[in-house]
Amino acid sequence: MKVWQCVVCGFVYNEADGLPEEGIAAGTAWADIPADWTCPDCGVAKADFDMVEI
Amino acid sequence: MKPIIVLGSGLAGYTLVRELRKLNREIPITLVSQDSGDYYSKPMLSNAFAQGKTPAGLVLTAAEAMAKQLNITLLANCRVNAIHRLSKQLDTSAGTLEYDRLVLAAGADPIRIPLQGDAADAVLSVNDLTDYAHFRDTLETATSIAIMGGGLIGCEFANDLAAAGFKVTVIDPAPYPLAGLLPEQAGRQLLEPLSKIGVTWRFGTAVHSMDSSDTGYVLTLTDGTTLHADLALSAVGLRPRIQLARDAGLDVNRGVKVDEQLRSSDEAIFALGDCAEITGRILPYVLPIMQAGRALAKVLNGEDARVVFPYMPVVVKTPAHPVAVSPVARDATGSWQVLASGQGIKMGFFNAQNEMTGFAMTGEFAAERNEMTKLLVAA
Repeated sequence: MKVWQCVVCGFVYNEADGLPEEGIAAGTAWADIPADWTCPDCGVAKADFDMVEI
Repeated sequence: MKPIIVLGSGLAGYTLVRELRKLNREIPITLVSQDSGDYYSKPMLSNAFAQGKTPAGLVLTAAEAMAKQLNITLLANCRVNAIHRLSKQLDTSAGTLEYDRLVLAAGADPIRIPLQGDAADAVLSVNDLTDYAHFRDTLETATSIAIMGGGLIGCEFANDLAAAGFKVTVIDPAPYPLAGLLPEQAGRQLLEPLSKIGVTWRFGTAVHSMDSSDTGYVLTLTDGTTLHADLALSAVGLRPRIQLARDAGLDVNRGVKVDEQLRSSDEAIFALGDCAEITGRILPYVLPIMQAGRALAKVLNGEDARVVFPYMPVVVKTPAHPVAVSPVARDATGSWQVLASGQGIKMGFFNAQNEMTGFAMTGEFAAERNEMTKLLVAA
């Protein structure tokens, strides 16, 4: 399980936790998140910025 | 080989460098910043308090780590005095720098409305991390806060500070919140949810003067009323930093004028972000910067790229009543229609062909922004 961080706003996505409130189940790999998903904090699209492994 | 010099270490400057490095590891890049060069999230300045973030905690990557990671020369705390276009040199506080190509990513200054009164200069603005640190220090002894401006930044600060227990008053000449972004019916949705957490709204008026009192400040509004505040924050908008470009004889209007390749009237000088006016438009917020950074990286790498802006919804971080909006140009023809309402409202902007070209969604509907963006018709 990996942790990713939005380079624009610092929002952290932890694969182990998922984002149940956004409909993303715990354990969902970053690669399996839809391309049209956007950062819940700053609205930047997944395809529009880099998530860096931290 | 002379470097590409980038002026500015904000989202625009660092996004451009990051994108360019994806395409080219070799090309020499020097980044000049008048700040520390630390990479931080500017969008978080207006919602960091409730999240318990200190100014230092907002730094995502320190300057030295950025320089190493991106393989650039970073000149921090360096002021640029002049651009000499003929010799392709910059006159800076760190000496003369030579550039091959120059990128202006200098950002914008907060607009300050001139006020009367003996404490007019005590009004704070938060436009960078240093401002934010000062603001947080001042907050330590404050309980009541007056915010000038009920736009995106004003509303975000109001929500953030009210949620943390401060007594917040928002003052704006407009008739309702987020008037520059939302139709009235949508903007009014914020009134009650933010009132409930402790925000007092004062619309249709503005601050005329600010004077010291025994316990803080007294603000006199243009409608003749007064209010007390321990701290006053101005959030009335930004003005692109264009002085260097203007002094160097580049074409400027409200921003540094650039074409769809982000190129100014000098073919070796480019601009993006809050200081740029791209094909006649000033495009604030995060998404246009990401698009422009990507396109400019390609151009600087020798590719024939042009920036294209898709629909770029704006998220207003007001957790008491969230907002997502795909803004409509002020001169657009068409009309707003209510599509649904409940704990918030969902509105679409429809053109003469009854095609949806914008939306405004608040409260429970704000989460539908992705689905709505897909329904928009190309303008």
